[in-house]
Amino acid sequence: MALTKADMAEHLFEKLGINKRDAKDLVEAFFEEIRQALEAGEQVKLSGFGNFDLRTKNERPGRNPKTGEDIPIKARRVVTFRPGQKLKSRVENPQN
Amino acid sequence: MTKSELIERLADQYRQLPAKDVESAIKEILEQMAQTLQRGDRIEIRGFGSFSLHYRAPRVGRNPKTGDTVELEGKYVPHFKPGKELRERVND
Repeated sequence: MALTKADMAEHLFEKLGINKRDAKDLVEAFFEEIRQALEAGEQVKLSGFGNFDLRTKNERPGRNPKTGEDIPIKARRVVTFRPGQKLKSRVENPQN
Repeated sequence: MTKSELIERLADQYRQLPAKDVESAIKEILEQMAQTLQRGDRIEIRGFGSFSLHYRAPRVGRNPKTGDTVELEGKYVPHFKPGKELRERVND
């Protein structure tokens, strides 16, 4: 089963005793802060986990796969995630 | 923004919580995320994105210093796919 925000809030309550309402707010705020930083063009570096970087992509030719019509893909800014060394070595051989 | 800056920003917003709790919570969130991936499970955060593992097939690599060939085993690497809200907010 995939990990969700609800699981994370529940975990904070169980492990740290943070009340459920605060736990839920904190999990939400955690992801919102990261979104805000990226939105403002700021790189996010979470040591032990990884970095969220921003990359600017130039316009490039594309096409509508349904109709075959040529349409340019506009220049855009995208988020990329670069896992840190520690996370990479932890997941190399998943213990499932 | 680094992890400690993120903790500070959140602690400023949540004055009702001891700063220590905010710090432990953030560290605990990241640890739980890492453990989930380590087990081979996915993470799905609506509006933010999902994390999963991608398989990399075994290959023959080279030691760049000596030029010797090295057999590299197959492995899994973390992958992040940004969600719709994040993609749109970053691109505006």
